[in-house]
Amino acid sequence: MIRNITLGQYLPGESVMHRADPRTKLIITMLFMVILFIIDSIWALLAALLFVAAAYWIAKIPVKYAIKGIRPVLFIILFTVVINMFMTDGNTLVNLGFARITDQGLLRAATVSLRVFMLIASASVMTYTTTPIMLTDGIEKLLNPLKKIKFPVHEMAMMMTIALRFIPTLIDETDKIMKAQAARGADIGTGNLLERAKSFIPILIPLFVSSFRRADDLAIAMEARCYRGSKGRTSMRVLKYTKTDVAILLTFCIICAGILLIHYMI
Amino acid sequence: MKGSPFEKKALDNINLEIAQGEFVALIGHTGSGKSTLVQHLNGLLKIDDGEITVAGMQTKGKDLKELRKTVGIVFQYPEHQLFEETVYKDIEFGLIRQGIEEKERHRKICETAAILEIDDEILYKSPYEISGGQKRRAAIAGILVLEPDILVLDEPAAGLDPSGTRELFDIVTTLYKEKNITVILVSHSMELVADYASRIIVMNEGKIHSDGKPAEIFLKGPEMVKIGLGVPEITTLMAELAKLYPDIRTDIFNVEDAVDEIVSRIRGRG
Repeated sequence: MIRNITLGQYLPGESVMHRADPRTKLIITMLFMVILFIIDSIWALLAALLFVAAAYWIAKIPVKYAIKGIRPVLFIILFTVVINMFMTDGNTLVNLGFARITDQGLLRAATVSLRVFMLIASASVMTYTTTPIMLTDGIEKLLNPLKKIKFPVHEMAMMMTIALRFIPTLIDETDKIMKAQAARGADIGTGNLLERAKSFIPILIPLFVSSFRRADDLAIAMEARCYRGSKGRTSMRVLKYTKTDVAILLTFCIICAGILLIHYMI
Repeated sequence: MKGSPFEKKALDNINLEIAQGEFVALIGHTGSGKSTLVQHLNGLLKIDDGEITVAGMQTKGKDLKELRKTVGIVFQYPEHQLFEETVYKDIEFGLIRQGIEEKERHRKICETAAILEIDDEILYKSPYEISGGQKRRAAIAGILVLEPDILVLDEPAAGLDPSGTRELFDIVTTLYKEKNITVILVSHSMELVADYASRIIVMNEGKIHSDGKPAEIFLKGPEMVKIGLGVPEITTLMAELAKLYPDIRTDIFNVEDAVDEIVSRIRGRG
């Protein structure tokens, strides 16, 4: 049940995307998101969509798998489509009596849904091709300048690593507890709202307790191995910025320029 | 996860029949599919292919309430499922779900607590302030109180000390004998199940490797070692002795029988 969430799960592979430096991917993803909010012409968005599709193709991510990952947010996309379609003024195309669909509304629905879709798709392609550890390594390196103003960059990165590391563990744990309670006759998520909320208590309490226990154990294990924060700590995998990364970044800049050009020309 | 790159067959070509009133041990190395198999028994996992009938009910069906009443599964580390304010309330949880009235609930809880040797004092404590062994028993009580006809125990002794393990197994055996229920015991330790089970099913890589009486299984010593399982040490010892004295019995898997056999051999010679 709960295991079907594939959104953002790392998919091992050997593509250029997989081998690229996490910093490159982080910068590209962030820039791309900014671009997505700048452009609002449908043609520029379609060009951006082409870029996202190319990224998936280069990363060799199975289409089926990618679609499965998008599914949980499909509802949000559909919701924005419907809202925008009926709520925008313009020339009426279809009149349903209580509501009407306008040409402007249709266009807005298309642009907004494309934007939301690409925001998720571009973030997912990054997490599909980057292990969580690499990702936090990249974030730590990117945020390093903040150390000058005494911002606890390393601690933040460590917290993120631990949080990410324990997501699958927690999912497993939830699954186990759900099964154990179901075996005792618990119906999870049925009945009216109050009953439904109540039915989660037998899952949430054990989950909380085990999380605290786990956190305690982990803290002791880390201290036993002399973890003392960032001071004097080195990394096993030293991130290296290669020529390929520079090339990828340059290509991306050119593509961005192209997309922006389409936006301002049309 | 069908269709994803992580797809893997956990169980393959399992053909199994367990009669009512049997005490079956399901043995296998970590990842051999034994836990997966038992979760099919009350419909917690759905099969992609094939058919499972438990006490005349299909596990594919929509309504699993009756099935889950019949099959009680005690999971690994069952104490992780405790959540109520008191042990008493936690044991009561399943009974309330079944819609049993208060007086009856109280009677059943007291009865189960007595079987599992849970004191009154502990019954009214929070499940988070009692010791590990007591937690384990409290959690098992939560299943036993539902009086399942088929009791499945998944590694019930994991993390218990030897005496706790003995006690627990003795309780299960008593229940088995008195209430005439079917017991399915999942374990990776041959030594533990040797004394209790009447039939052993060995699993390896999602398939049934062998199936038979304990003595039959333990005679295949070297084969068991190959799939990551040991036979009881005493059986290995008897096999070694057999190399020196060819007519000694090798179908022995507990110390008492071994002592009898060796002593009678020595007497016989003297």
